[in-house]
Amino acid sequence: MIKKRRNTELALLIFAWLLGVLGTLQVGWATGEGTPPRLWITAGAVAAVALVMHTVVRIRAPYADPIMLPVGTLLTILGLIMIYRLDVADARRAQLNKSPIPTPDVYSQLTWFAIAGILFCAVFILLRDHRRLQRYTFTFGLIGLILMVLPLAPIIGTTVNGATLWVRFGGLQFQPAEIAKILITIFFAGYLVKTRDSLALVRTKVLGVGLPRPKDLGPIVVAWFISLGVLIFQRDLGTSLLFFGLFVSMLYIATQRRSWLIIGFVLFVGGAYFAYSNFAHVEARVTVWLDPWTYSDTTGYQIVQSLYGLANGGILGAGLGQGFPNLVPFASTDFIVSALGEELGITGVFAILMLYALLIERGFRVAITCRDGFGQLLAAGLSITLALQVFVIIGGVTGLIPLTGLTTPFLSYGGSSLIANWVIVALLLRISDRSRRPDTSQISPDDAMTQVVSRV
Amino acid sequence: MSELALTIVRLAFLGLLWAFVLGTVIVLRRDIRQPADASTASRASKGSKKRTPKAPKPPRVSRKQKVRGTKLVVIDGPLVGTVVPLEGQQVTIGRAPDSTIVIDDDYASSRHTRIYESEGSWVVEDLGSTNGTWIDRVRITTPTVLPVGAPLRIGRSTMQIQK
Repeated sequence: MIKKRRNTELALLIFAWLLGVLGTLQVGWATGEGTPPRLWITAGAVAAVALVMHTVVRIRAPYADPIMLPVGTLLTILGLIMIYRLDVADARRAQLNKSPIPTPDVYSQLTWFAIAGILFCAVFILLRDHRRLQRYTFTFGLIGLILMVLPLAPIIGTTVNGATLWVRFGGLQFQPAEIAKILITIFFAGYLVKTRDSLALVRTKVLGVGLPRPKDLGPIVVAWFISLGVLIFQRDLGTSLLFFGLFVSMLYIATQRRSWLIIGFVLFVGGAYFAYSNFAHVEARVTVWLDPWTYSDTTGYQIVQSLYGLANGGILGAGLGQGFPNLVPFASTDFIVSALGEELGITGVFAILMLYALLIERGFRVAITCRDGFGQLLAAGLSITLALQVFVIIGGVTGLIPLTGLTTPFLSYGGSSLIANWVIVALLLRISDRSRRPDTSQISPDDAMTQVVSRV
Repeated sequence: MSELALTIVRLAFLGLLWAFVLGTVIVLRRDIRQPADASTASRASKGSKKRTPKAPKPPRVSRKQKVRGTKLVVIDGPLVGTVVPLEGQQVTIGRAPDSTIVIDDDYASSRHTRIYESEGSWVVEDLGSTNGTWIDRVRITTPTVLPVGAPLRIGRSTMQIQK
């Protein structure tokens, strides 16, 4: 019999929760605040959300992978600890400057976590079988495109810090691209599973390289141009990189043709050079990446402060509450990894990277064990989304690649990103339940009066 | 809080963080070493190891034990690596989305083949497919016993029963 391992999942969740309590207490003690006043309310809320998610998985997807939920929860908890720690630092600074104390971010992040939990459960309750999504391939593709163009719309679209990627409804602000990336992944998976044979087999030779027929390529190239064009107008490098990487990797996985990687790489180099020579904001990012120290007072300030922070952290870290992570601008969103790196050291950052690696490995494992092509491509695509995001933002923060504004999955302060990543985990768990479940629903056609076909 | 206590808490937090990572890795390892379908087999082998000094009991003849092979593994084609545990129910293969193994292949039919258990072995039956079901290089026309390890070809996929 296949083991369900739901109790393992619960044990790991409790472990993650205890780590969260310990970390929050440490922040309180180290900063001299004492035991944080609302610790038990916050910890209780996190426990409640995690338990509800666990219960829904236990009932609706008993064979799902046991470690994705605890790993995602621990990452969210680490983010909450760091956001609380930055709140404390901001309040301190406001007190020194005798300015009003800013509202803490940790409670709104907690609210977003609760909303993410509700959506996580909704995926399990509304979606019994991931293969249903395949029916709406083009609907999802269209909605995804509309969501990406939405921030350019006149009234609701908002530009924040030079990038036009927010939409504002009343007081509520969110990034539609985060939701769009899931819909576009579903679209790519549904489209590629139908066309991959002709994409892989029917080819015309152009200059010695086998190229697919324009007919097969049409829709996806159009989708790629629109998404890339929109992202250049919205001046958001990170998301553009994410979509392009996703597009190329999914094509490669679907067709198993290495030529897609070559075509993708050529297109990437061409696009990157075009963006570098035509857009001032892209050029600025590259210049700062090549030599941040020359611009340490102006454009390079952020990255230089981040590198100082990481250096201050060293191997074992300054300790939660004992560093100066608030010196980096946007420490709680783009630069949360450098804040964690300063206080937990390289030991802690490697642990966080391990958590991401485990999550992504499990995602690919789901893709391998899945029994239908659509589920395979969807699981692989969702895992690639996570992997690319982690690589692009942590690479940017540590100075490995030019900095692009992407959120760190689960850790960063911000609702849209947290929700989108939890929905990704929910979808992966939904597919993994399908692929690990023993096939017991089948009745032999000889025994049944009429043929029994399970609903999809 | 004294400096020493803070240092201890700090190191404990890092230690526990890694303990969590190692804990998950151990769960994964158990998952890989004891794959879904092999739990009965491994239990049987553990039992026999302990019992070796004693005289072996005459094996009970049960339907389950007589069946050779416990899993169907796709060894070539788009779904390569897929493992389906064989647990007494029949396995259907084809392009129809309700098949046990959904192969997306222009050379496969919607309801291509079924594999079912009969008198202690696994039997393959072609369900009237266009391009046929092949065991090794022979196209089957009637329900045929599929021996462990024999390549079963459907469209561009190849699969075999493994123990």
